[in-house]
Amino acid sequence: MTLFGTGVLKGLIVTLKNFATSYFRKPDNGGIFTVQYPEERAKEIESFRNFPFLVYDGTPEKIRCVACGICERECPPKCIHIVMETEAGTGKPAKRPAVFEIDYGLCMNCGMCEDVCPFDSIYMDHAFEVTASDRTQELVRPKETLLKSNDYFLKIRPGTATPVDQKRRAAEEKKKTAQAAATPPKTNP
Amino acid sequence: MINTKSLEGSQMLEINFGPQHPSTHGVFRMNVFLEGEKICALKPVMGYLHRNHELIAENLPYAAVMAYTDRLDYFNSMANNFGYALAVEKLADIEAPERAAYLRVIMAELARIVNHLMLIGFLLNDLGAFFTPVLYAFREREKILDIFEEVSGSRMMCNYFRFGGVKRDVSAETLAAIKKIVAGFPAFLEEFEALLTENEILCMRCQNVGVLPADLAVNAGITGPVLRASGVNYDLRKVDAYGLYDRFDFKVPLGKKGDVYDRYYVRVLEMRESLKILEQALAKIPQGDILNKKALPFLKAPRNFKPAVGEAYGRIESPKGELGYYLVSDGTPQPWRYHVRAPSLINLTVLEDMCVGQKVADAIIILGSIDIVLGETDR
Amino acid sequence: MDLSVETVKKELETKVPGLKLRKVRDSLLIEDAKDLTRVASFLKTSPAFRLDYLSSVTGSDYLTYLESVYHLYSIEKKHGPVVLRVRAPKTTVPIPINCSTAAMGAVPATVPQQKIIAGTAKIPSLVPVYRSAELQEREVYDMFGIIFEGHPDLRRIFMWEGFEGYPLRKDYEQEDTEVLEAADIAWLDARHIAVPNELKEKAKELQAAGKRAVARKPEKPRIA
Repeated sequence: MTLFGTGVLKGLIVTLKNFATSYFRKPDNGGIFTVQYPEERAKEIESFRNFPFLVYDGTPEKIRCVACGICERECPPKCIHIVMETEAGTGKPAKRPAVFEIDYGLCMNCGMCEDVCPFDSIYMDHAFEVTASDRTQELVRPKETLLKSNDYFLKIRPGTATPVDQKRRAAEEKKKTAQAAATPPKTNP
Repeated sequence: MINTKSLEGSQMLEINFGPQHPSTHGVFRMNVFLEGEKICALKPVMGYLHRNHELIAENLPYAAVMAYTDRLDYFNSMANNFGYALAVEKLADIEAPERAAYLRVIMAELARIVNHLMLIGFLLNDLGAFFTPVLYAFREREKILDIFEEVSGSRMMCNYFRFGGVKRDVSAETLAAIKKIVAGFPAFLEEFEALLTENEILCMRCQNVGVLPADLAVNAGITGPVLRASGVNYDLRKVDAYGLYDRFDFKVPLGKKGDVYDRYYVRVLEMRESLKILEQALAKIPQGDILNKKALPFLKAPRNFKPAVGEAYGRIESPKGELGYYLVSDGTPQPWRYHVRAPSLINLTVLEDMCVGQKVADAIIILGSIDIVLGETDR
Repeated sequence: MDLSVETVKKELETKVPGLKLRKVRDSLLIEDAKDLTRVASFLKTSPAFRLDYLSSVTGSDYLTYLESVYHLYSIEKKHGPVVLRVRAPKTTVPIPINCSTAAMGAVPATVPQQKIIAGTAKIPSLVPVYRSAELQEREVYDMFGIIFEGHPDLRRIFMWEGFEGYPLRKDYEQEDTEVLEAADIAWLDARHIAVPNELKEKAKELQAAGKRAVARKPEKPRIA
């Protein structure tokens, strides 16, 4: 049997030691690890996923999305709404979204849309400071605010974006050589 | 059930703990009947966080449910993912490749450490040791959550497991970072134990409080550290040897009395065993695929995943106890029946038995020592 | 010990007299629900099985009947599972109103004590054998409306007292998320979101009929 109170004293020594060493130790080794947000920011981790955004190449008109609606159908909480654009003259469906909305109030950041998209068009963003004063209107994000350039994508997630770019470039070149060979025009599968 | 008529004229007092009481770990409510400070009866009331997880899942394709399992026990989504992936793999007869299986074990054990750290921290909070132990635990948890974010993209809602593998491969740097955490963790545990284990106040508050006899624990279907603290050797990692757990050398820590102190200490020991598993897994992890080729096409087209007619029950040793998923497939993309056997709910069966005869302040630490998360209890 | 369905079936049929069993997938269906308690106590006490741990109790709805499924394991012998299932046809039975207040002994005499609920089923409770069935059977009662006879405290667990219907039944009327209602369309219109015309027409029809958009139900069991 040890003397009554030694356990408490031992604990107090631990807290005292931690108090003292927290001033000169490194943050990952028992030092002060709190980050003074918003003045300071924690290191951004590349694979971090928050809300989805749409990728365009070069200018916002060159949107990758073809409004196929796969993400709309597979989204578990059903937060995506897409309407395909029609050609002004013929009324045929143009492979572009006229309406593309994501309800950030419903989205649960699961990343399913990113997984299922066959056109490398929708990816999860890093922007987490999404606030609105109205739950119903401002959190339903239209296409204009969802669109972000490929350069931005390359900047925030180079590990995902670079292979996608390479793949797309290779596919484009293949298409070009196929066209140059003057075979009967192939439709894109 | 209490017959209020028979109480008329007695000194009994009915107190409502929760659902907004800070020590009920969420929106749990207890109807406590007191005589003085002593508890005569206790009725758990749940359902405040009920969202019918099972009905949601029965209307979704199998793959989409994975994201919802994160939200069951939000302290260790990795373990929830593991159980669900295991059940579906049983149903569809898919196996995870070697590297993915190792990654699963690594993630599940890291999740166990996170869970036990949080449990001990909040148990001490309930005891009145306000926030010093919790913040020590948070400091270590933060490192592990950073790893989770790196591999899965999210700190808590990981959604990392896929049928027949995992979502993303882990780089050598991340593995090195996990190794560093594992190497540094015993020193933290020593410090944490020096702070707590021999502390007289902790001992006096926890020893011989909320004793759970082994036979009652078995009969009431209690699982996990609560069962093992009562001295029953039953760990699914050993019994079922699911995943790759038969390849690792580790012990199953057992308690003697089954009181709150044993439940605390079993968890400390379990963290040490988890570190052993992690060390072995990190040393042995091979290179290779992270997803079974059979499961690859379903990543892009989840609705094509239609398991054959049949049923499966997959269970794992989640940090809170046995987490089971019961699935019935009718050959369509959605499960006909999806059921979660939630350890947080079933471990509450004996809450009244443990609390009756104790002081009212003890009810809080007994509840704390069972380790419930309301996301899983209420589903 | 070998716990394959055939051996367990043979063993049970020889040891428990008058028992009718049928193999359903990897489990044993007890034809007469009343035998459930006998089978469970035999499996629990028999030295060969010692299935002392009831892991999971859950219900399922197969449209014409309700089913309760039990997963039994042994902690002592570390084997398992033996899966038992019991079926009960959906019948109309009276059940006590608001069981908890009734048990509290505070029900005024004017309140009707019973209520007729269509499509409920009765199955004996396993709580006398396994305490772990206590909260799980309450959950099954709450979600499927199976009445477990002999349960000490059978009342709703997640849904509130007075909630009507059983949410996990296949005939539970759930809102159809694919169909929009007039109110939804008005809401979308106010926000200048284009709604396809066919959806608008459907909503008008629904409103005229005074109905709500209810998800389509399976007409026949896709599985038995």
